[in-house]
Order: sequence, then C-alpha cells, then structure tokens
Amino acid sequence: MPVMPEPILRVENAVKHYPINRGLLLPKKVGAVKAVDGVSFELRPGETLGLVGESGCGKSTLAKLLMRLETPTAGRAYLKGHDLFRMRAGDLRRLRRSMQMVMQDPYTSLNPRMTVADIVGEPFDIHPEAAPKGNRDMAVRELLEQVGLGPEHANRYPHQFSGGQRQRIGIARALALRPEVIICDEPVSALDVSVQAQVVNLLERLQDELGLAYIFIAHDLSVVRHISDRIAVMYLGRIVETGTADQVYLRPTHPYTQALLSAVPVPDPTARARRQIIRLSGDVPSPADPPSGCRFRTRCWKAQPRCASEEPPLSQRAVDPHPSACHYAELHQVIA
Amino acid sequence: MTYQQYPHPTHGYPASGESQTAPVVAGWGDDRSASWDTPTAAWTTAPSRARVERPTSGEHLLDVRDLRVEFDTRDGVARVVNGISFHVDPGETLAILGESGSGKSVTAQAVLGILDTPPAVVRGGQVLYGGEDLLTMAPERRRQVRGQEIAMVFQDALSALNPVYPVGWQITEALRSRRGIAKADAKRRAVELMDLVRIPAAAQRVDDYPHQFSGGMRQRVMIAMALAMRPKLLIADEPTTALDVTVQAQIMDLLATLRAELEMALILITHDLGVVADVADRITVMYAGRVVEQADVHTLYGAPAHPYTRGLLASVPRLERRGQGLHSISGTPPNPIAIPQGCAFHPRCPYAQQMCRITEPTLLRIGRLDRASACHFPPEALDARHA
Repeated sequence: MPVMPEPILRVENAVKHYPINRGLLLPKKVGAVKAVDGVSFELRPGETLGLVGESGCGKSTLAKLLMRLETPTAGRAYLKGHDLFRMRAGDLRRLRRSMQMVMQDPYTSLNPRMTVADIVGEPFDIHPEAAPKGNRDMAVRELLEQVGLGPEHANRYPHQFSGGQRQRIGIARALALRPEVIICDEPVSALDVSVQAQVVNLLERLQDELGLAYIFIAHDLSVVRHISDRIAVMYLGRIVETGTADQVYLRPTHPYTQALLSAVPVPDPTARARRQIIRLSGDVPSPADPPSGCRFRTRCWKAQPRCASEEPPLSQRAVDPHPSACHYAELHQVIA
Repeated sequence: MTYQQYPHPTHGYPASGESQTAPVVAGWGDDRSASWDTPTAAWTTAPSRARVERPTSGEHLLDVRDLRVEFDTRDGVARVVNGISFHVDPGETLAILGESGSGKSVTAQAVLGILDTPPAVVRGGQVLYGGEDLLTMAPERRRQVRGQEIAMVFQDALSALNPVYPVGWQITEALRSRRGIAKADAKRRAVELMDLVRIPAAAQRVDDYPHQFSGGMRQRVMIAMALAMRPKLLIADEPTTALDVTVQAQIMDLLATLRAELEMALILITHDLGVVADVADRITVMYAGRVVEQADVHTLYGAPAHPYTRGLLASVPRLERRGQGLHSISGTPPNPIAIPQGCAFHPRCPYAQQMCRITEPTLLRIGRLDRASACHFPPEALDARHA
C-alpha cells in the first residue's frame, strides 16, 4: 500500500452554533441552531473530498468556517500545521492565500461594476506580497487563459458573460494566489447540464495541472461521484458516513446514504422497473432541536430504542472497512 | 334625523319563519350547508365546468401548433419561442426538456395565457384545447378553461404562495370564487385536498401559513391548489428543481400517482434528464425556442436522433459510472436576441456542415408516427460520421 501523504488540511471536531435570542431590550440566549456539530476530516494534497447532504445539513456552513467567514464555536482546523480557528487576522490573511473558495452563484459573487481583469486581479491588491512582480496584466491574462477565457474578455463586465463563463471567472479569481486548497461550494448547481460538464472538466484539468486539493460541496450526487476521490455524507451537522468514492457509493452501510443514493434520478428509462427507491418519510428535523441519540432515527426505517438513547459514533463497522455512524450498519447496494 | 336601522326589519327579508334562523356567519366554523356537501363532494358533484367540448376520439387534448412568442427588449426583439408544435393526449405525461433560455417556461405560460404582455407578444400559432383555440377565444371563456381545465404548478412554491393567508384558504380560493361554495365547505375540501397530496395531519395544518411548511410540503400545497378544480391537464414547471433529492423523489412519485388516479394529462417542464426518464411517456426537446426532437422516452434515451440530444445525454454525470472526463457540449446556448442563422445549434454541433449554417432544418418525422428530429442529417448519417 502506498504511503499516504501528510494531510494538508485536518479538521477536528468543528462546531458552529448560531444562538437563538429572545427579548428585545435584554436579549437572552434561549437555544442554538446546531448547524455544524462536531465534524472531523482530513484532506490530502491533490485529492478531492466530496461533501454531500441535503439542504440544511451544514455543508455550506462548514465551508464558511474553514474560510473563517464565520467564527467557529469550537474545534480545530489545521491548514499546513497552523490552526485556522485560533489565528490572528494578519496571520490568517497570509494563510488564506493557500486556501481559496469558488462560490455557488456566479451571478451574485462577481461585482457587476468591476471588469473581469479587476475581479481576477483583486486578490493581488489584497495580498500585495503575493502579487506578480512586474506585469500584472500578463498574470491576469494567463489566469484567464488557464480557465479557457481569452484576453479579449479582460475588459468586459460580468453581465456580458453567460453563467458558465462567469463561473470560470470565479475560478480564475480563486487561482490567482496559487492556492493549494480550493473549496468549491456548489460550483455547478446553477449551471445547465451541457455547461456543467465543461466546468467539471475544467476543475479536473486544473487539479491535474496544479496539484490542487478540492473540497467539493454539492447536493448532486452524480457530479460528486464523478469528481471525488473520497466522500463525506452529512446529516444535520454531522458526518454520518465517509470513505472512498467507491466505498460510499458502491458499499454504503448507513441507511441515510442508502436512501440518498436510491433517490437520485437515473437518466435511463429502462431502469424504471429495476430501481428501488428507499422512500424516506418526513423532512429533516430542525437543527435547533435535533433528535436525541442518532439524528437520523426519526426518518429511519431501522430505528430501535437504542438509537434514541445512544448516539452512534462514526467508526469502522464490521460490514465494510469504512466509517459509518449507525448502530445497525449493514451493506445494501443501491446502485446497479 | 334619526339613523335608520339597516337592513330595516320590515324591508328586504322574506317575511316568513325563515327569518328566525341564525344569521349566516361567514367563517371557517360555519357548517350550515353541509346538506349538499358530502366529504367527497369536491370529486363527485357535477362541476360547473366551462362548456368546453370534450375531445372526440382521435383528437388531442392539447394541440399546440407553430406557437411563436417574442419579447420586446431594449436590446432588440428576443425570439424566445420560434414556432413550436406539440400535443398531449388525455392521461399521458409529456416532458418538455430544455436548458435555461430554451423557451420551455414561456411556452407553458403562453399555453395558459399568463404571459406578461407587454413585453411578451404572441406572434402566431394556435393552442387548441378540445378543438378550440385558446389564443383567440374570448378572455372570459379563457379564464374558465384556465384553472378549471388546465392548471399549473410553479417552480418556486415559496414565492408562488401568498405569505399572509393560511394554506387552506389559498388551496380553495378557486373553489370559492368560481363555484361560490361556502367557507365551511371550502375548509373541508381543503383538508381533503391536503390529504390527497399526502400532507400529514391535514386537519390540523389547514390554517397554517406557508412559512410553517417545509419546501416539499409547500410544493404539495401548490399541487393541491392546482388540483382543486380537478383539471384535465396539469402543467408542472420544474416542480422539483428547488428540492433535495429525497424530497424530489417523494414529489415526483406523488405527481405520477395523482396523474393516474385522477386520469389527468401531465406536462412536465424540466431540464433534468433523470427526472424525465423516471416519469415521462413522451419527450419534446427544445433548443433556442424550437423543437429539435420528439420521441417516446425509450427511443429518446436509447437512440437519440438530434446531435443536441446526443450531447446532452452524454454530458450527464451518472451515478453508476466514474468515467474519465465528462463529454461536454462546447459553447453556450444562444442569446434569443441573436439566434444563429440556419440551424440554431450549428455553432456547438460537432456534425455541422455548410448547409447547417444557411438553412434551418425542419422537424421531420423519422420512421414512426411520433418520432421526429430537426436535423439535416438522419441519425444513420450521424452514426456513420461518429464511427
């Protein structure tokens, strides 16, 4: 077995609770929305970790925590050995050069009053020490070329571009500081299928060329399967199952993962009869008041009294050698 | 001068014993007219339908012919729908598949007559419902068809619902205004309709407001509202796009079940090839406001004829496949203000020839009756070039 390289990013027990306050004059904390509630994972150089889960599971909050756009409630996150969560503003800014983000919505994440050259070159203003010596226009042009845009695009404004092109601009901006990690928060969800494939291919090519590590957040499990080396499935602020892409997709052991995978529409009408969709009842419970014990038990068809009293740890289960947070983990193949 | 009591006790009311009954109090709690209303009344009483002729056998339920819609914009005329034709038969599910900007939603809005005019202008075509043209019929008559015969489910349930009225009130709004049923009956029917769309504890939730429901439940409320008048045709515009996969599966299931139970026809407008494969009987693929391919679902996925359909199917990431590099269609869909000459797809088409740049291909039947493609080259020719 090859020696695993040291992780570039290690997250330990990250927690983000948003307080719920009552009272106008003397606000009192009456509870907390537990958006992210104890998440740990590692990311190695050059690999892609896919983070999947339904809306409200905390995947976007986790991305914001890692970028320190939100202040974490507890936990640690080491980027190249430095603790991101306990860093002062100046050090943090320097460290952020190593980790950049591509936003979900290419329509609102670009300033409509700035030209493409200004947008892509703005990171150099914020981090002058990382700016290219000499010709900055040249650097911008190279970045645009890297994402498949021409030099003629440099002086145009975002509204003159289609959604896919705008996402390319966002990627060029993320690349400007030569980061080692890029967090992609639903980077293709807003794009059409035919354009989505272009952006996914671009991200894969850049990873090969530049050795980038991605945290790829998406709710589309097919896209995640396509791009990810490892997967973490989140539910109500916790990771419920994690492993290599093949482990999670082909040998899922957590009932939530199985239900999620079975519900993905298959673009093949002949599969209609064969498919067995696991139908979950109800909706995701409120993160302000998650169920006791296993958080999935209220929608789980296998729930036992033990699930309500004892929270299942995310640990290796006998059925397959990858971590799963279920007392009754068992193998159930969903994908034919 | 003294104030006169109004209504005056001796005027207006019939001077019979009936005047001694308690006044009618408008409100949810009123159950006075239960006599004519049975729990299943919403489905069994003869509805006061608009007098639209039932389609005789052999005639389509909805037959759209050469529909054209333009938008006047500051930058020029946007030709959003450029002569599209399709039909739906009673009880079948037709999917209209297209990317953003393909004109699929505008087509649905034109069929229902809910386009904003201006800026939109219907430039031509016919929308035949039971043989009558919806585009030329009197507005009053059209209003009777819309909602009663054809209903629509919108994409974004949160903005399509009114935040300041209880959901039950909104579900039965049409019943109250069109059929004039009493509020008490309306409430009972709201509960029935909410049961029909499988909203748990309907009787308790009928007075709740939209924000108290989850996304999936809100979409169910929208469906209940559309079904209130028991339409023969339901148009669902991206009904599950804003929802998570597990909820999406629930809603698509529900739509398919209801379609069969209530014997409706369903037009499903979507960009999602996965959803289409699960529920559609036939598919109409749109590109730049034109129909590029029509086929039944198995043929379309098994042997797509148009290069655009082929590219689209190849660019979908598959759950069961972890291929190296996704196929992608180069370029982007055209701006409706500047649709390319000839075949609108030619700048992105790997098969494009000189004639594609000049002549617009017509939608031609391939082999069977219900199978057509708008490409200069028959599928065999494309296969040969691909090989």
